[in-house]
Amino acid sequence: MNSLIEINNLSTYFESGAGTVKAVDDISFRIREGETVCIVGESGCGKSITAMSIMGLVDEPHGKVVGGQIRFGDKDLLKISKEEMRRIRGNDISIIFQEPMSSLNPVITIGRQIMEPLMLHQKLNKKQAYARALELIELVGISRAEQIAASYPHQLSGGMLQRIMIAIAISCGPKLLIADEPTTALDVTIQAQVLETLRQSKEQSNMSIMLITHDLGVVAEMADYVIVMYAGKIVEEGDVEELFERPKHPYTRGLLKSKPIIGQRAEQLYSIPGQVPSPLELTESCYFHDRCESCIPICRIRQPKLSEVAAGHLAACWLYEEEAEA
Amino acid sequence: MSEALLEVRRLKKYFPINAGLLNRTVGYVKAVDDISFTIQPGETFGLVGESGSGKSTVGRTILRLHEKTSGDVLFKGIPFHGLPKTEVRKLRPKMQLIFQDPYSSLNPRIRIGDAIGESLLEHGLAEKDELRDVVLDVLEACGLSSYHYSRFPHEFSGGQRQRLGIARALVLNPDFIIADEPVSALDVSIQAQIINLFQKLQHTRGLTYLFISHDLSVVEHLCNRIGVMYLGSMMEMASRDELFSRPLHPYTKALLSAIPVPVPRLKRERIVLKGDIPSPANPPSGCKFHTRCPLATAQCKELVPEFRLVGDDHYVACHLV
Repeated sequence: MNSLIEINNLSTYFESGAGTVKAVDDISFRIREGETVCIVGESGCGKSITAMSIMGLVDEPHGKVVGGQIRFGDKDLLKISKEEMRRIRGNDISIIFQEPMSSLNPVITIGRQIMEPLMLHQKLNKKQAYARALELIELVGISRAEQIAASYPHQLSGGMLQRIMIAIAISCGPKLLIADEPTTALDVTIQAQVLETLRQSKEQSNMSIMLITHDLGVVAEMADYVIVMYAGKIVEEGDVEELFERPKHPYTRGLLKSKPIIGQRAEQLYSIPGQVPSPLELTESCYFHDRCESCIPICRIRQPKLSEVAAGHLAACWLYEEEAEA
Repeated sequence: MSEALLEVRRLKKYFPINAGLLNRTVGYVKAVDDISFTIQPGETFGLVGESGSGKSTVGRTILRLHEKTSGDVLFKGIPFHGLPKTEVRKLRPKMQLIFQDPYSSLNPRIRIGDAIGESLLEHGLAEKDELRDVVLDVLEACGLSSYHYSRFPHEFSGGQRQRLGIARALVLNPDFIIADEPVSALDVSIQAQIINLFQKLQHTRGLTYLFISHDLSVVEHLCNRIGVMYLGSMMEMASRDELFSRPLHPYTKALLSAIPVPVPRLKRERIVLKGDIPSPANPPSGCKFHTRCPLATAQCKELVPEFRLVGDDHYVACHLV
């Protein structure tokens, strides 16, 4: 499979009164055609900022992409003009957010909001766009398309709106769909519907999906490839089966162990002690060292590099570097 | 069996819908519609359901934060809802509530120590000079440190704030705690810490919990008995082991199968429910679940199924069982 998008050494920093926050700190990964890559991590690990950086939506002047490269086709998305970026956004790469209600205009009908990108990017006329909008509504599993097209966002439920967002996002046949916590605000039964919709739209068009989530269950269900982030860095990545069966980084292991799983009740849940470090207090050490069970002296002094620990499986942890050196 | 700590009998809570020029009541949202259950001392009872199922309203109505429409709540055999206000006040310290977002219930300008100690003074449960020690004890029990005493709410992380919420409930030395989605807003690693804290406190202080959550995996971990709610009604109620090994109601089965399991490439037979939860202002006739039920028959559309005992302490409201 060919790479669709390649992110090299991307760094996005935010300036706050108290100092610089390295929200995304020198991360590299790629997404292949037709692949679903999941980015997992807890709040504040930089997973959403990664998505915003790719879309060119980082809130300036507070935040800025300070370095790196985002190769999409033969272009570097960080170097192209705003006009060119606008053409790519919505057309080749589109994004859906956690809160569908706040991404839709409350005073414009659903139908017109689906038609808008079609007329703008695909140059369809009104009639064609309307016909296509109805098709899209049915495609995401909503019946009564005409009635839905004529309604306003407040008349639909959260799960319906999220599916409308998917319809808008896939309307121009994007090559990459970025979904930032698309099901976090939804009930489990509705989440199952929305994930199903995402999976089907992917199968029909061979697009790639970059799915951002904190729910390891969703990851296992959707991902081909998984990237685990912690405090702005990638700490581990690999194929979904490899990563879930043989997690290497103590953080990934901790995350997998601390999630209660139905049918596997333990007397006590494993929990990772402490909490995520403040992004303003990061030092040269491994960011996870003070919460890590396997911390060794070097972890407090230097940061481990992301390196291969098994075929196609990368982790940033001194435990494996030591092995490699010995 | 010993006497129940809490007994809820046919509890109903209807919220009026007012409309029109004269603001007449045109209908009711039946948020809680005829719910009964009991909680034994030392037990954790889990109440699960999707948003809009009325599970939070049950919790709030039990505590008289909403006045009930009908039904009865007995706390240690005392009909709590029939008591005059002064008597209710005396019982309040024994029944405490923990919210999903403790930040919104903390005054940003009051130091943590004072915020937690306030209720003790209010209820006359501690003298001013011993207040600090009592609060410090509770902070420590909840995994916080003594230097947190004089900090302000904004200085705490999400997990710590939830510990504060627990500390504030605990300081009054309650017997019974209603926890309304206490871990839903937390990250996985922090969620596990708070769940463990709930368990630890139950062991050390002999607490009884009503644990309200939408997350069945958390409920399975913590609760002894579980009730599944849908549109204000109890659909199924059983002990944990019974409910998870032998779910009988189609809704419970669908809920269980909808939870993503962290095992990649696991082929499961999944029941994907169609449509959304209907509006509680205009619930479906007959069995409230029939509009989404994959097994619904003509009978389900007309006849409300009785909530009945079908096995060892296993209740279910379904015609097909």
